[in-house]
Amino acid sequence: MKIWREYTLTISLLFILVFFWEVTARIINMAFILPSPTAILVKLWELKVVLIAEHLPATLLIIFIGLAISILLGVGLAVSMNQSKIIEKAFYPLIIFSQMVPTVALAPIFILWFGYSIWSKVLVTVLITFFPITINTYDGLRSGSKELKELLLTMGARKKDIFFIVNVPTALPHFFSGLKVAVTFSVIGAAIGEWLGAQAGLGYFSRRMMTQFDGAGVFAPIILLSVVGILLFLLVKWIENKSLKWRQSQ
Amino acid sequence: MDNTVLEFNSVTFSYSGPDNDTKILDSLDFRVQEREFVSIIGASGSGKSTLFRLISGLEQPSIGEILINGNYLTNRLGHVGYMPQQDLLMPWRTIVENAALPLQINSYRKDEARKQVTALLDEFGLSGYENRYPGDLSGGMKQRVSFLRTILTGAPVLLLDEPFSALDAITRLSMQEWLMEQWEKRKKTILFITHDVNEALYLSDRIFVFNQTPVHALEEIKIPMKRPRNLKDLNRPEMIALKDRLLDQLRLKVKP
Ligand SMILES: Nc1ncnc2c1ncn2[C@@H]1O[C@H](COP(=O)(O)OP(=O)(O)OP(=O)(O)O)[C@@H](O)[C@H]1O
Ligand SMILES: [Mg+2]
Repeated sequence: MKIWREYTLTISLLFILVFFWEVTARIINMAFILPSPTAILVKLWELKVVLIAEHLPATLLIIFIGLAISILLGVGLAVSMNQSKIIEKAFYPLIIFSQMVPTVALAPIFILWFGYSIWSKVLVTVLITFFPITINTYDGLRSGSKELKELLLTMGARKKDIFFIVNVPTALPHFFSGLKVAVTFSVIGAAIGEWLGAQAGLGYFSRRMMTQFDGAGVFAPIILLSVVGILLFLLVKWIENKSLKWRQSQ
Repeated sequence: MDNTVLEFNSVTFSYSGPDNDTKILDSLDFRVQEREFVSIIGASGSGKSTLFRLISGLEQPSIGEILINGNYLTNRLGHVGYMPQQDLLMPWRTIVENAALPLQINSYRKDEARKQVTALLDEFGLSGYENRYPGDLSGGMKQRVSFLRTILTGAPVLLLDEPFSALDAITRLSMQEWLMEQWEKRKKTILFITHDVNEALYLSDRIFVFNQTPVHALEEIKIPMKRPRNLKDLNRPEMIALKDRLLDQLRLKVKP
């Protein structure tokens, strides 16, 4: 299969790393500090029903709501900043500033505000995922070729025509780049949120296992989280390839 | 009867820079008649593209007026067909969608626009490519799509800025013949920028030479060849003499 050939190197490297991890873990032999990969897999298998039926849906809900808000917010901000110099001047520095604030430190405050409800976790997710979407879309909207815009003007185009014919299509690949970063961040965001305060979810479960010194139990939900991240990334990539078919003829 | 489609009356134009202004046109006058083919030739940076930017309305003269079809319009955008130096096809649009751009801007219905484009594809050597993307096309084909798009603006005056400069010599020759056919058939007025003296001689009724910057008066050369023309006509003694004259003028200009 083509996929296997393309990723041979990655898979081999991964295999070697996991192998060393296994060996090291067995030598150290302290499962609560460094559980071996096989122990984690066994744990994952033991916990599969609880993790997949109970905690995975809770986390996925946070991820999807968070991403949906980030997309709306990010695209909305990018378009407004593109359309108005005043909005750009006011918001752009604030958007950059929002990323300087250590989210992990803020999260407890969100929990004070929203309690253990889903919204404290969604807010953490939004705070770290709207940024790549906003900035990429904004840069994309600005990257339309000046010559092409002038050509449209000579044809009598209005501002609205130029926006939809030139700016939106040139921004689309940038938007997808931002979205790919955002979906991987969203998993981290949801996990941090749950880590700090929740009653369900993979992050919450991982933390609970920590208090019980169950090393493998800490790692098992994290493996599941990574799988979710990878699947979301592949999904975005698939949608991207579908909607940017023209790139194949480049 | 006066068939002037384009008229410059003492047009002066400068680009304003941060510390100084670059004057490109200095009180320039000229006229172009309906269905004429006029080539514009001149050294790099002499202001040929700027002339087109003025005609198309992307720039405004500092002094003087530009008349199109006898009308003085302050906003000339949308009144002439402009084919820029690069093909500027949108890689995300199919050939039909690219060519239909001016129709879309003029609010034609999608199926109506598609019909108009499809009817012309064959003549432009593009049939079978309607749903392909520009990335699949050769240089010559891209230029034909770009020209088709310019034709579809419906404007009687077309401004072509070095359309063939990126093509190889063979493709270029066949594109020149093809352009002549199209020009005669579609009854257009064409202004054509080129660096190629042979191309200018073969295609034009008149040649304007940008002999200095800022340009005050365009050197104007009438081409005595009858139409339909043949490339071999360029080897006639009077044409060779004309070519030498042109080359001398351009060489003078390039000298430091
Ligand atoms: N937007 C601009 N602002 C300031 N100066 C400009 C601008 N566009 C062009 N110029 C200057 O005006 C002069 C004429 O440029 P123009 O593009 O018209 O030349 P050209 O004859 O078309 O050259 P070429 O044969 O290389 O295409 C050049 O010296 C150029 O540097
Ligand atoms: Mg030029």
